Amino acid sequence: MSDVLAVVEHRRGSPRDVSFELVTAGADLVGDTGGDLHLAVIGGDVDAFAEALSLAGVDAIHTVAEGDEFNHDVYVQAVEALSEELDPTYVLMGNTVNGLDYAPAVAERLDLPLVTDAIGLQNDGGLVVTREMYASKVESTVEVDADRAAVTVRPGEWDAAEEPGEPAVEAFSFDLDESRVRSRVTGFEEVGSGDVDITDADVLVSVGRGIEEQENIELVQELADALGATLSSSRPIVDNGWLPKDRQVGQSGKVVTPKFYIAIGISGAVQHVAGMKGAENIVAINTDPDAPIFDIADYGIVGDLFEVVPELIEQFE
Amino acid sequence: MKVLVTVKEVAEVEEDFELDGLRVADQYLDYDLNEWDEYAVEEAVQIAEESDDDVEVVAVTIGPERSEETIRMALAKGVDRAVRVWDDALDGVDLLDVGAKTRLLSAVVEEEDPDLVLTGVQANDDSFGATGVSLASAIDFEWAAVVNALDLDADGGVANVRRELEGGVEELTEVDLPAVLTIQTGINEPRYASLRGIRQAQSKEIKPLALSDLGLDAAAVESDLVLTDVYEPETESDATYFEGDAGEQAADLATVLREKGVGAQ
Repeated sequence: MSDVLAVVEHRRGSPRDVSFELVTAGADLVGDTGGDLHLAVIGGDVDAFAEALSLAGVDAIHTVAEGDEFNHDVYVQAVEALSEELDPTYVLMGNTVNGLDYAPAVAERLDLPLVTDAIGLQNDGGLVVTREMYASKVESTVEVDADRAAVTVRPGEWDAAEEPGEPAVEAFSFDLDESRVRSRVTGFEEVGSGDVDITDADVLVSVGRGIEEQENIELVQELADALGATLSSSRPIVDNGWLPKDRQVGQSGKVVTPKFYIAIGISGAVQHVAGMKGAENIVAINTDPDAPIFDIADYGIVGDLFEVVPELIEQFE
Repeated sequence: MKVLVTVKEVAEVEEDFELDGLRVADQYLDYDLNEWDEYAVEEAVQIAEESDDDVEVVAVTIGPERSEETIRMALAKGVDRAVRVWDDALDGVDLLDVGAKTRLLSAVVEEEDPDLVLTGVQANDDSFGATGVSLASAIDFEWAAVVNALDLDADGGVANVRRELEGGVEELTEVDLPAVLTIQTGINEPRYASLRGIRQAQSKEIKPLALSDLGLDAAAVESDLVLTDVYEPETESDATYFEGDAGEQAADLATVLREKGVGAQ
């Protein structure tokens, strides 16, 4: 019998998508073991979040009315207290920026093996996790050699649970040790609101690490101009300071849904794909035929961007 | 003040590669300092440069002797000295889990007694992204994960950080010291090592530490995770590929783009 405790994630008043995906992953893990799927809702408008998460497959929701926003010190203590009470086989959390800010501490406190960034989970007598290594070039399976584990699951890998259910909703209280709350969130800021709004563009020419040098950005800008498109980029370009933050597409940048997305020298790391997979048409130009960007591309050119892009510019001049 | 930076030599896999059992065959691996650690090192060195007080920057790594060449690059960029943890007991471990790394690094922290620990957000090889926060919990430091701006107020005992959340939102947080901060790429501009730095690095110390030096035994590196399979992911591409030389590829793509109204005059 496997009981699962999944921790809901929310930000600024709304449960995040990964919370609904955790329900699906958690229900899969419980499977036909006869165990229960518990959800923890910590902080914010816990009653509203519990209502939103009252889904089929969920047996119980435990609400912890403590603070408004995510605070990892509170989360760690709450999940620790809940785990002591519920004794779950698996604790599931989102592999998000906030997930990675508390899940490792939960595992450490509870002395649980931790597997992060799961893209597949199998529970047959023991837990087997599928995850990626070496920047997505290799996939691996990892067996957990213990009865219990803490796991973070990659957002977007499981379907979001939608079917309503009627789990028991219970308020859970525990003695928060204030002396162990040693960080304070003082605010939020939207970044990168410059003069260009890449979320508004019909056609994006997007440039990645394959451009190699700052001076080569000019080449893709030229293509963007020739196509009447807007220039965007993947993370390394912004990290290098070659383009401003408001041009960044991806998990930590903007989510875009243009009619055409032309990815040039972008390998297609999962964080980038999260920001552009909704584009109507995706064109990928990359030297590496195995680059993950081709998995989601509609049109592909395996080739050297420094040869293809000038030819393409010529086509539109 | 002492800043401890965790660094890791990671292998990058070439475009075409073959597997050898549970590993990528050696000839397809290029070793380098983990990308995130470059930024953590730079941040630590900048803290030392900007402080009025004496700040010692110590790098710690878990890695075999081979990794010394890579670690020396961190020394060339201004890290004062390094500690390298390795042991025969680690030789046969395919996948060192977060718990094992935490036990090793905790022992080093106990020895070094730093005021601040900087780590990269994640390592590019096993990509757990968890060691920094796990370590913080084990050594009872406060922490913040995915930090992309840091304003250290050592006298006030706090670090004011920005955490890079998803979707272009940053969280502003005050973190009590001592703390572990996991550093995100883009927080600074990592410098290139100067020739002088590279020369100086040759005489800086990289102290090897075995498990017994840290008061640990082989049980400390026993991993709860067993790597059972490694394979190339199936490509799911159903893209239409344009073949031929660059000119032909560009012409075919241009046709499609025009048909769909892109760049049409």
